[in-house]
Amino acid sequence: MTSDTGVETRVGAQHRAAGRPISTGRIGDKIFLHAARGSGILVLVIMAAIAVFLVWKAIPALQRNEASFLTAQDWDPNATPPKFGIAQLAFGTVMSSLLALLMATPVAIGIALFISFYAPRRLASGLGYVVDLLAAVPSIIYGLWGLLVLAPHMEGISKALNTALGWIPLFGGDSPGKNSIFTAGVVLAIMILPIISSISREVFVQVPRANVEAALALGATRWEMIRLSVLPYGRSGMVGAAMLGLGRAMGETIAVAMVLTFVPGINLHLLEDGGSTFAANIAKSFGEATDTGRGALIASGLVLFVITLVVNMAARAVVARRKEFV
Amino acid sequence: MAKRIEVSGLHAYYGGVHAIEDISMTIEPRSVTAFIGPSGCGKSTFLRTLNRMHEVIPGAYVEGKVLLDDEDLYASSVDPVAVRRSVGMVFQRPNPFPTMSIYDNVAAGLKLNGVRGKSRLDDIVEESLQGANLWNEVKDRLGKPGAGLSGGQQQRLCIARAIAVQPQVLLMDEPCSALDPISTLAIEDLIAKLKNQYTIVIVTHNMQQAARVSDRTAFFNIAGTGKPGKLIEIDDTSKIFTNPEVKATEDYITGRFG
Repeated sequence: MTSDTGVETRVGAQHRAAGRPISTGRIGDKIFLHAARGSGILVLVIMAAIAVFLVWKAIPALQRNEASFLTAQDWDPNATPPKFGIAQLAFGTVMSSLLALLMATPVAIGIALFISFYAPRRLASGLGYVVDLLAAVPSIIYGLWGLLVLAPHMEGISKALNTALGWIPLFGGDSPGKNSIFTAGVVLAIMILPIISSISREVFVQVPRANVEAALALGATRWEMIRLSVLPYGRSGMVGAAMLGLGRAMGETIAVAMVLTFVPGINLHLLEDGGSTFAANIAKSFGEATDTGRGALIASGLVLFVITLVVNMAARAVVARRKEFV
Repeated sequence: MAKRIEVSGLHAYYGGVHAIEDISMTIEPRSVTAFIGPSGCGKSTFLRTLNRMHEVIPGAYVEGKVLLDDEDLYASSVDPVAVRRSVGMVFQRPNPFPTMSIYDNVAAGLKLNGVRGKSRLDDIVEESLQGANLWNEVKDRLGKPGAGLSGGQQQRLCIARAIAVQPQVLLMDEPCSALDPISTLAIEDLIAKLKNQYTIVIVTHNMQQAARVSDRTAFFNIAGTGKPGKLIEIDDTSKIFTNPEVKATEDYITGRFG
């Protein structure tokens, strides 16, 4: 949710800057000018209001906190005295999102390349539509599917990974389970697949025909043409797509909340049950939270807001840089 | 390494559109053949059938035969990728790979052909850039992006890239139409030099250019909008420009066309 808001804000701001209207004095132009300017300002006001709201509600809870907000792992804001820190949430959020990114990006770019350069034209448009449709599936459906269908199967996969790659700490541990950060990462990977894939496809469509033909005329095979012309041209676009996907994964709430079983404390073994994320924690604990508890949750939301904002801004910056040398 | 091209009964299509009709001609090795004719008459399409670039466009296909020293380019056993490695092409707009350095642009085709070893690559890159009359201008900045060169230099870079793989034939699709007169002159000088080694086919809208650079000239025409383009006549350039067999050729050359 927060990541979407972040993106839209900048898109809105860009439109305003690029299409600065020149007034001709006609009444229609004036109405349009003010309406457009008003909309642009409104977006900024909403952004500022969200930030102010979060800070305002978070401060009293933070003042009552007896633990270090940034480094403590326990989340007990409803206890007396309240003790809470975001370390575990940050770890879970970052790890599950990074796992999702690692799994989704190669597949998404593969899909985009297949649709753009390999698939027969009729299949390509149908396939592109289906991939975009994945983005329209509500996250609660992904959550249900992840919990009821995927998770039971993940137990076997997690055990196999644990046996084969157990020497890597992240895949280690004694009891690989099905409600782990790893499972959440898989669900998230499927959820961010469409956005990465469709942005990559848009980038690939823009590869100039001249570059493609230059490679083909040199006697490049299709894959060699992709390596010579498409990937260098699309590199920063693909990075941007992946970052937007990362932003989405970090903000995802309900699917993750359904899949993860809460176990307190940071567990480096990603295959074991447990872990939590900012968004999932808010969804799970907001209902029965006290005043301080709500403030604490809002403070954690503020941290998520800042992280997704930074990721989105980095993504925009990377995508924008491409324009300079094209 | 230059080879003879023999085309017989060649038709080219874009989906349902019949683009060129029944073209037959022979192009001798170590010669320059120019294709002239009004826009849309199929010169470029025909040129692109000679290295199987025509079929890169979705829905496009070719009927007929193109023999390169007795080997049919359109035989079912022939890989179009292999054809394009032996028939090089230079495009209307210079199209160096934008993210690559000058050196890497020239080496791109060599690497595709499996040429390895820095000293060997260095040698061929230098040789090709000298062959394209570009070496002296770029030898101190081989690591700089190819896109930073002027238009004429970029086009010569593309020629260097094409000749680096030592093709048998070099196809040029209006190589000077995006260039100023001085760069054009540089390319024309280069064509005269390359002719000693390659079979060259050039499409041009510039009649003076055809007269200056080519040994043989082929005139293409189109009967009307939507009709396929045809080869009207092909002959020695001096004959085409002084005493053509067909009246339409004379009309086109003297500017009385249409």
